[in-house]
This record gives sequence, C-alpha cells and structure tokens, in this order.
Amino acid sequence: MIVLLPVLIVVGTAALVLLLDLLPPRHTKEHLAGVSLAGIVLTLIVSVWLWGSDTRAFRDMVVLDGHAVFFDIVICYAAALIVLLSVDYLRRTGAESGEYYALVLFSAAGMMLLASADDLIVVFLGLELMSLSLYVLAGLFKTQLASSEASMKYFLLGAFATSFLLYGVALVYGATGSTNLERVAVAIGGRPRDTMLLIGVGLLLVGFGFKISSVPFHMWAPDVYQGAPTSITALIATGSKAAAFAALIRVLFSALRATEADWTRLFWILAALTMTVGNVVAIAQSNLKRMLAYSSVAHVGYMLVGLVAGGASGAGAVLFYLLAYTFTTVGTFGVITLSERATGEEAAEVGDYAGLGRRHPLLALTLSLFLLSLVGIPPLAGFVGKFYVFGAAVRGGYIWLAVIAVLNSAIAAYYYLRVIVYMYMREPDGPAASLAPSFAGGLALAIALVGIVLLGVMPAPFADLAIAAVTPLMR
Amino acid sequence: MIGLVSAVVFLPAAGALALALVPRENDRLLRLGAFAVALVTFVVSLPLYFRFDGGSADYQFEEFARWMPSFGIGYHVGVDGISVLLVLLTTFLMPLTLLSAWHAIEDRPKEFVITLLVLETGMLGVFVSLDLFLFYVFWEAMLIPMYFIIGVWGGPARIYAAIKFVLYTMVGSLLMLVAILALYSQHGLTTGTFTFDLPTVTRWVMPEGRAQTLMFLAFALAFAIKVPLFPFHTWLPDAHVEAPTAGSVILAGVLLKMGTYGFVRFCLPLFPDASLAFGPLVWALAVIGIVYGAWVSTVQPDLKKLVAYSSVSHLGFVMLGIFTFTAQGLVGGLIQMVNHGLSTGALFLMVGMIYERRHTRLIADFGGLWQIMPAFSALFLVVTLSSLGLPGLNGFVGEFLVLLGAFQVNRAVAAIATTGIIFAAVYLLWMYQRVIFGEVTHEENRRLADLTPREWAVLVPVLVFIVWIGVYPVAFTGKTRAAVEALIAEVETKARVTALPVARASLPSGMLD
Repeated sequence: MIVLLPVLIVVGTAALVLLLDLLPPRHTKEHLAGVSLAGIVLTLIVSVWLWGSDTRAFRDMVVLDGHAVFFDIVICYAAALIVLLSVDYLRRTGAESGEYYALVLFSAAGMMLLASADDLIVVFLGLELMSLSLYVLAGLFKTQLASSEASMKYFLLGAFATSFLLYGVALVYGATGSTNLERVAVAIGGRPRDTMLLIGVGLLLVGFGFKISSVPFHMWAPDVYQGAPTSITALIATGSKAAAFAALIRVLFSALRATEADWTRLFWILAALTMTVGNVVAIAQSNLKRMLAYSSVAHVGYMLVGLVAGGASGAGAVLFYLLAYTFTTVGTFGVITLSERATGEEAAEVGDYAGLGRRHPLLALTLSLFLLSLVGIPPLAGFVGKFYVFGAAVRGGYIWLAVIAVLNSAIAAYYYLRVIVYMYMREPDGPAASLAPSFAGGLALAIALVGIVLLGVMPAPFADLAIAAVTPLMR
Repeated sequence: MIGLVSAVVFLPAAGALALALVPRENDRLLRLGAFAVALVTFVVSLPLYFRFDGGSADYQFEEFARWMPSFGIGYHVGVDGISVLLVLLTTFLMPLTLLSAWHAIEDRPKEFVITLLVLETGMLGVFVSLDLFLFYVFWEAMLIPMYFIIGVWGGPARIYAAIKFVLYTMVGSLLMLVAILALYSQHGLTTGTFTFDLPTVTRWVMPEGRAQTLMFLAFALAFAIKVPLFPFHTWLPDAHVEAPTAGSVILAGVLLKMGTYGFVRFCLPLFPDASLAFGPLVWALAVIGIVYGAWVSTVQPDLKKLVAYSSVSHLGFVMLGIFTFTAQGLVGGLIQMVNHGLSTGALFLMVGMIYERRHTRLIADFGGLWQIMPAFSALFLVVTLSSLGLPGLNGFVGEFLVLLGAFQVNRAVAAIATTGIIFAAVYLLWMYQRVIFGEVTHEENRRLADLTPREWAVLVPVLVFIVWIGVYPVAFTGKTRAAVEALIAEVETKARVTALPVARASLPSGMLD
C-alpha cells in the first residue's frame, strides 16, 4: 500500500472535492481549492517523508524509489502552484467549478503513477489518467473557440499518440514476453536487434515524444498552449512533461539499457532538432503563450541533451532541470494569469506588456526574473539546470551537441529579452495589461520566485538529490 | 566572517537591496544613498591596495568556502597583481559615474541607481573570482544590468544597441561555457580531481593539441568580443553611442577590461601553447585594431563615436602588450587598461557634460568653447592629451611599455603600432581644435555654463590619477610586476614541458627516416 500512498492521497482528495462540490456553499468554490491544496501539501510532506524508500508492489508493477519520489515532489509543487494560481483566475474568467480542481488532482495522480510505473501497462494507465483529465481541462472555457479547439486538438493527437504507445507496448510484449521493465530488460539483453522489438521501441518513443512534445511530435503544443486556460497550460508544460520524462527515463535506463547506443544516437538527432526548431520558431511569435509553447519545445531539446549524455550525471541533470523548469515556467504562466487587459481579457500578446515596468514594477521584475531564468542567466535556476545538462554532455564526450545547445541558448535570449524590451523600454500604444490582484496568485509567484533563486544560488543539495534519485536506475 | 574581498564585491549589491526599499518618490535619498554606497565600497576597497604586497605573485586576501562540493565548485575569491588595480579602478569609477548622472538621468532614477550598483557587484566579481564557475556566473550575470542601462536609459536606437550588445557577448560567453566544461572534464579525467578551482586547474599542464587549441579559441572569442578585438568590435560603437553617459563610462572604463583581463587570467596560463601559437595572429588583429580604430575615429562627426572608436585603438595596444609575453609588454598592457579606463572614462564624462548642456554631440555643432567654458576647455585638454599619450601623463606610460615589449619580439609590428599614437594625436587634437578653438560658430553655444561644483568633483579625482600615474607610475606598476613575471615564467615553463614529449616522440620516427 505504501507504494501508492502519494497517488492514493491525491485520488482521495479528488474524490473528496467531487463530494464537497455537491454540498453547500454553492456560490463559491474557494473552499475546494483549499481542500485540493491541503491534499497536495499533505502528499508533498508524505513524499518527502518517503524519500529513501525502495519498495515494489502489485507484482512489481509499481515502484516507489528515489526517482518516483523526486518526481512526486516536482509534480506536487507544480499542482500546488497551479491550484493557487487558479483561484482568482477562474473567478475572473467565470469558469469556476468544482470539477476543475478534481480534474487537476486526477491528472496529478496520473502523473505520479507515471513516475512510479515499473511496467509498461502502468505507464499506459498513468498516461491516460493524466491525459484524459488534461483534455477536459484544456476545453474548460466552453464558450471560447480557441479553448475548444485546443481541447479537441490535444485529444485527437493525444489519443493518436497513445495508441502508438499502446501498439508499441504490444509489440514489445510480443518480442519479450513481458511488460515488466526489468523482465523486458533481461529479454532485450539477449537479442537487442530483434525487428519486432525495435519497431515496438520505436512506437513507444513516438508516444513519449508526443507527451514531452519533442520535434517532430510537437505540432499540437502551440495551439493547445495558446487555447487552453493559462493555468492548465502551465500544468501541461510542467507537470505532464515532468511525468512523461519520469517514465521515459525509467524505460530508457532500465528496460532499454541494452540498446543504449542506439537510442543515444536517435536522441542526439532529436535533441538537436528539437532545440533548434523550438527556438527558431519561437522568435516569430507575438503571443506570449504561443512563444512559451515553442520555448518549452526548445527546453525539451536541452533535456534530451541530458538523456544523450546518459549515466547518473546526465539523467540527474535532467531531473534537476525539470525541477528548475517547473518553478520557472509555472511562474511565467502565473504572471500571465495575473495580467488582464482593461477589457477584462487575458493579456497574452507581447504588446500588452509594453510599459509594465512603469505601471507595475514588482510584477515586471518578477516576470523578468522568470524570463532570465528561462534564458539561463546566473544566478537563477535555469542557468544551473543548463550548466548541469551541458556539463554532463561535455563530460560524456558530446561536445558538439553542447555547442549546438549553447548556440540555441543565445537564440533563445533574443525572444525572451524581447518581452523585457516591451516591459521596460517601450510605451503602450493601446490597451495595456494591468495587474489583477490576487493573494493566492501572488503567493504562488512568490514561492516560484524563491524556488528559482534558491535553486540558482544553492543548487548543490537538490542536484545531489536528483543524482541520488537516478543512480539506482543505472544498474 | 566576511573577508575583505567579499565585502567589497557584495557591498554594492547589499546597498542596492536596501535602496529597493526606499520609496521611489524619495529621489534625492536614492541618489545620495547610491553615491554613499559606491563611495563606501571604494573606501573599503582601499586596503586592497595599501595592504597588497607587490613583491608577491600569489593571490592575496584569498577566501574559500564550499559551495557545490560534489561538482568541485567552490566560492573562491582573491586578488593578485593582475586584478588588484582593476578592482580599484571599478570601485573608483563607480561613485564618479553616479555623481555624473545626477541630472542626466531623470527617468526612473530608482531603477537606474539599483541597476548600476548590481552591475558593480557583477564587475567586481569577475575580477576577483578564482573559480571558473563563479567567474562565469559573474561574467554572465553582469550582462543583464548593462543591457538595462543601454536599453532603458539610452538614446533613440537604444533597443537595437542593447540587444546587439547582449547577443554578441552571449554567443562568445556561451561557447566559453562549453570550453570551461571541457576543461573541467579533461582536467578531471587526467588528474582524477574534478574541480573548477582556478589555481588547481592552472597548476595542471594541459597537453598540446587540438583540445587546447579549441578551448583557447572558445575562451579567446568570448574575451575578444568583450575587448573588443578587431573584427569583433562592431557592437561597441552602437552600444557607446546609445548608452547614457554613465553607461559609456562603465562600458569603456571597466567592462572592456574584462576581456583583456580574461586573456591574462585565463588564456595565457591555461592554454600556453595555443596562446604562443596564436600570438602572431593576435598581434596582427591588435595592430589592425590600433590603426583602423584611429583612422575611423578621425572621420567621425559624433564626439561619442570618436571616443568609442578610439577605444578600439587603445585596447589594441593592451592586446599587443599582453601577447608579447614580455614583462614590459604585460605590465604596460595592465597599466594601459587602467589608463584607458581613466582617460576614456573622463572623455565620456566630459562629452556627457556638454551633451547635457547642448543635447548634441556633433563636433560641427561646437567650436570656440575656449571663450565660453575656459575651465572645461582646460580640463578637456589634459584629458585629451592623456588619451593621446603625452609624456608626463598616464597614457604615455602604458603605450611606451607596450611598444617596448613589442620591439623585443617583432619590430615591424611595433613600428606599425607606433603609427597608432601618431594617428591618435591627429584625431584627438583635430577634434579638440574643432570643438574648443576658433570663433564661436553657433550662437546658442554662447550661453553655455562652465563647470559646476558637482562636475569639478567628478573630474578632479580622475585628473589626479591621470597625472599621478604619468609622473610616478611605479606606485601602480610596482603592484603588478611580480605577478606578471610569475605569469610569464609559468607560460614559458608550461610551453617547454609540453614541447618536450613532442620532441621525444618525434625522435624515433626521425631516426627511421
């Protein structure tokens, strides 16, 4: 039971939220946010307490080890910050509902299940639980065309990708006679060049590629990121990405370790393509959410560099990167949820932020710090993440990949800094964004800000934890 | 216990943090507070000079603290003869810069003074870092405040200039990051200790070869862009022309030195073979920079652009001096860094002063200022002469030593470089003549006021040092000499050590022939 304890707490909280939703008071849903938050914080505490355990259950289908706990913590942080950001955002947009919080919790439960999955069937289960909740959440603004489009697109392409994954699972099962990652690894060790197996692995990677939005499976990201409610965009960008990476890392380093040379070569190309496409296309975007969608594609590219580097240092660097990225990205999207135009619409165009530095110095400074962390300017979390990832790549001998990655970082600086240009160096010519006051949202931003500064200045303990989390996978 | 170096480095940042709490309506308090913080930082930094033992080549005032032990990263700072003068130059220029911006910056003064103080911490950190990771953190972090200073408080094309500045610098420094990581991993794999600690890595003799060449090139590119060495200088005129006076002073006075400092601190001792091999190329680029910078300066209609291009020329001398690998050349290069910071800093300050009065920087808009602003004209003359290297003033000392060093290694290079001094006299004196002498050609210039007490306070300290270094340079060269000699000995020893195995290895094959 203890193996699934974090997941169960989250699911239990979700059920409680659904139940409470039916009871008075009906006019406000704030208490549901409170309950959700309490459940997530409890999960966070339990997860921290579970650090160091290494147990399996259900015939080794789920596992609770350092890797799973690390991602549980990352996912809890993402979910907690998103609940905080949602409270006033939903009220303002008129989309407040009890099932929103329940769905966020269900998707978080799916993410945590993914992180604990030691069997391809559980990977599929976790992926579906997470994705189905997110498909619904993406279409939360029922009256907005963009939101419905995002939901539909996400659902169709997501379902397609999941079926690829499932087909891959079936072929791997056919080739190895098992879906358990350890037994798959043993079977592959005998004959790594089996055709059916290779096709199966390829299809698996297509499914994962979609979930982490790596090129060429990233097409859905811009439309979904732009159309979905911003708080949900943040969840898709951080939690779901982290969870998919958690499962991907476990599959790669435990089940597929015999074919490491093959997938390393594949990911070398994918990493180079993903960063370059993401960054180059992001330059042309004027919508902040769309730009961040492409930027998140680029960041996936950097993380894939860590996978290419391999070993505990490479995978550990990816874990740290995801932690840093979660705080930074939730913070960035958080600022968007707190900004609205005079007309009450969400301020998502870069032009909306013109002159923000003069009107709301603190908010502008906060957004600047998040953006600078995304650029990778020291001493913020994003820099340390990049430093570890590139360091692992150089140490692994992938110097040219590291060179591609740093040149990409320079490209990225251009479009992130452009937002800062608007905030501080231009004056608005039309409707400009103003701050929608929100205590909970401000608290979320403050936590994220402390996170990126702490991870930037004192990264050592967290990086050591990340490496400790992945080391057992590298048997 | 916080050591002296840390106190100097982080005082400005702490002051900036405190000033962030002051309400923005309290304009005067903000400016005074920032000035006080910068002044206190200068005073606190003075013992670095007075208690510095010039006879020792070692790092002094060293501090070490564990930071990320599992990655071999530590907080390691200290100064030696190479960095001590640059630290003092930074702390010296900053209060003057703040004072000069008293009336020039009216828009968002709170953000301005805070940005400048954060920038000061970044620059000081670059000069005192003895850990490659820490150095990179400061190097990269200091980019952002400068970006804001140009982009927010700059001229009409400020956004273009600011982005160009950042992107140029970033491409170079990110490649340097890869080289730092490669150096770290190569050092670790060979010696078994994975560390970013600079003295530890420097003690290791890197084998000659492709790896060393590539790493040298990555470091050199980052530094060459910053210096800027021809042909990487194109960001400089844009940045200088658009930046506010305070930004130009810091840019010319301190920021450019980070590039030349990087060459001395990192390229020479870490990659001695590559440094020696690329020496002639650097001479060529430095000499092109000296002559080209001077020629382009001559035809500039804009005062600020003229001074900006003269920086390309002056820093060519620094680069030439460093890469002669002679004691005279290196000491001359280091002193020239300080001199350029003072002279060019003062030139930018004075150009800023007349810009504040007339809101133009075109040379053609002036003329005959001698009659209207005699005090200004007199001080301007001293600064101009110092910049063109008149004996008795500071500029002469550095350039003379550099040329002395250059003559020992290559007479042709030295001869061409010497023409740079002649051209400097041409463009500076011609500029001075058109701005100051002659009849008053523009009626609106008749009402210009002479120097205010605040402006006197800004300029006099700089002039004191301009004369002091010119008359008694030993007070400054004496601090650097031991460190420079040790550095040259180190480069030569290392180059010999790595050359030996090569010679031995080639012996058998030579016998087979």
